[in-house]
Amino acid sequence: MNRADTPGSATERLSRLLAMVPYLVSRQGIPLAEAADEFGITQEALVKDLELLFVCGTPGHMPDDLIDAEWDDGHVYLRNADPIARPLRLGVDEALALIVGLRALAEVPGLHDREALERTMAKLEAAAGDAAAASAQVSVEVEGEAEALAAARTALARGRRLHLTYFVPTRDETTQRDVDPMRVVLMDGRWYLEGWCHRAEAVRLFRLDRVMAVQVLDTAARVPVEATERDLDAGLFVSSPEDHEVVLELDPAAHWVADYYPVEAVDELPDQRLLVRLRAADTRWLRTLVLRLSGTARVLQPLELRHAVRDRAREALAAYR
Amino acid sequence: MTAQKTERLLNLVICLLSTRQFLSKEQIRTAVPQYADCATTEAFERMFERDKEEVRDMGIPLETGSNSAWFEDEVGYRVDRAAYALPEVSFAPDELAVLGLASRVWQQASLAGPASRALLKLKAAGVEPDDAGLAGVETRVRTSEPAFEALYAAVRDRRPVTFPYRAGRADEVVERHLEPWGIVSWHGRWYVVGHDRDRDARRVFRLSRIAGPVAAVGAPGDVDVPAGVDFRAEVAMTVRDTVRGKATLRVRPGCGVALRRRSTEQGDGLAQGGWDELRVGFADAETFAEELAAYGPDVVVVEPEAVRDAVVRRLRAVLEAS
Repeated sequence: MNRADTPGSATERLSRLLAMVPYLVSRQGIPLAEAADEFGITQEALVKDLELLFVCGTPGHMPDDLIDAEWDDGHVYLRNADPIARPLRLGVDEALALIVGLRALAEVPGLHDREALERTMAKLEAAAGDAAAASAQVSVEVEGEAEALAAARTALARGRRLHLTYFVPTRDETTQRDVDPMRVVLMDGRWYLEGWCHRAEAVRLFRLDRVMAVQVLDTAARVPVEATERDLDAGLFVSSPEDHEVVLELDPAAHWVADYYPVEAVDELPDQRLLVRLRAADTRWLRTLVLRLSGTARVLQPLELRHAVRDRAREALAAYR
Repeated sequence: MTAQKTERLLNLVICLLSTRQFLSKEQIRTAVPQYADCATTEAFERMFERDKEEVRDMGIPLETGSNSAWFEDEVGYRVDRAAYALPEVSFAPDELAVLGLASRVWQQASLAGPASRALLKLKAAGVEPDDAGLAGVETRVRTSEPAFEALYAAVRDRRPVTFPYRAGRADEVVERHLEPWGIVSWHGRWYVVGHDRDRDARRVFRLSRIAGPVAAVGAPGDVDVPAGVDFRAEVAMTVRDTVRGKATLRVRPGCGVALRRRSTEQGDGLAQGGWDELRVGFADAETFAEELAAYGPDVVVVEPEAVRDAVVRRLRAVLEAS
């Protein structure tokens, strides 16, 4: 990152101010809350920024030379900022972030009108000029899943229910579900559908590459009011306190489990072993996981899970005698 | 403290943007109130030198020059307005919506700040995005690997780097020397492609396997990126498992869904005494055995022996551990 992006630095704030001024100048009277939201800062921080702008201006610094900022009635008015009324041209990081993001979107079949995407890219590259060069060195791959994505977006746009044939690998099952879609999310190169699942009677996240068949139904989607979107920034896995507590002991070869799954606690044991605690609503996927870890992990709790793993292994070995 | 400095820098930028003439240091000192407060000329000059560099680092085209052909030693400063301003560009509402989605890709990543600032600049013309066509769509790429920040900067600035790298299954960490060419997110993981100085060959490294700090070991521009390298294809070639063998499996009806999706031949369950027989390709016997062991009694390996033995060994290890 450039020095300008060190959080909290004077140059970072200046970069924000220089981007903010042209935006506000062309939107006289914009509500304070809306502007703060747009800049990704709190209203208090925005007021502090406006207070700072208010005392800056062209040489002389007589009242007429200063930037005129008003926000008393909850709406922002900004005048007399001519020298900085045009935005600073895009920096390398800025141009790259948008160009690489746009290229990733362009790969998704049917996501958007191709012609509009190309038009946007051409304008963006022209506006970025030399700053666009480095963007060729960064690339984000996105998976296709055209059919499931198209169906999910149609259902979202028309407010319809979806019928999914959905594969759950950890349980080695194919399930049939009716889902009222809430949104589609592209996360780390994969597409997910979030929606109200009538089978689980809860909000569920479905990986589109595991949708084996999909149908847009004629039924109108009815997402219950209590259904809330998951905070994806906290990660894809969530557990609830009603889930079973599971305690595993991991050898070094199985340490990745502690990084990969949302464990509640990790304790170090002698010989580089780890003791991890996690919560799971359904322990079938853990049975699969422990078998896969092939002796490098032991179930300490619950006992039923431990026995289930042992029984599965014993039964499997019987077939090889 | 920071607020004072921001105020000073902003006044400096406005001052240098409002002039067509080059301003001398003395003129700048009088024009920017925060410099006038400097006790000594020395203190002012030190401060001005630092400020000038920081302003340039932000991408502001601060020029030096002289107003007079006869007194060339009298250096002055200004910001070239044409070079400062974003070229006139107007995006339609639907185009702004796409740009918004593109910028939100980085929401949880280290480019979040630049991405949202860029969008803000492009919205300066006053046009509001029309999101209708993209309602309900969200995008995210994460850069949670600690090495991302440093490697991204190295790729952008074309600087050679060195880092400790954990290769293979053995936990051995070796210091590697790389001329980074490109950085790629592939199936949700970040990789860097470049010229490996130790091997003197093109190599791909996974960022999550970098076991310590990434240090730049050269000047910006030291790396030559060869033309025509498809970074993504390089990563795909390294990462994608090539099928090296085929196994015959017996699978219980209704089980092994993922194996069925990959299998090339499927028998009918009836002929096999209640089992379905599948032929499935695999890259590495040990990795494949790990996957198969997870199915427990629902999948039995018929052949090859290497996979069969590996599965049996793994299942025994499970029994011993429980």
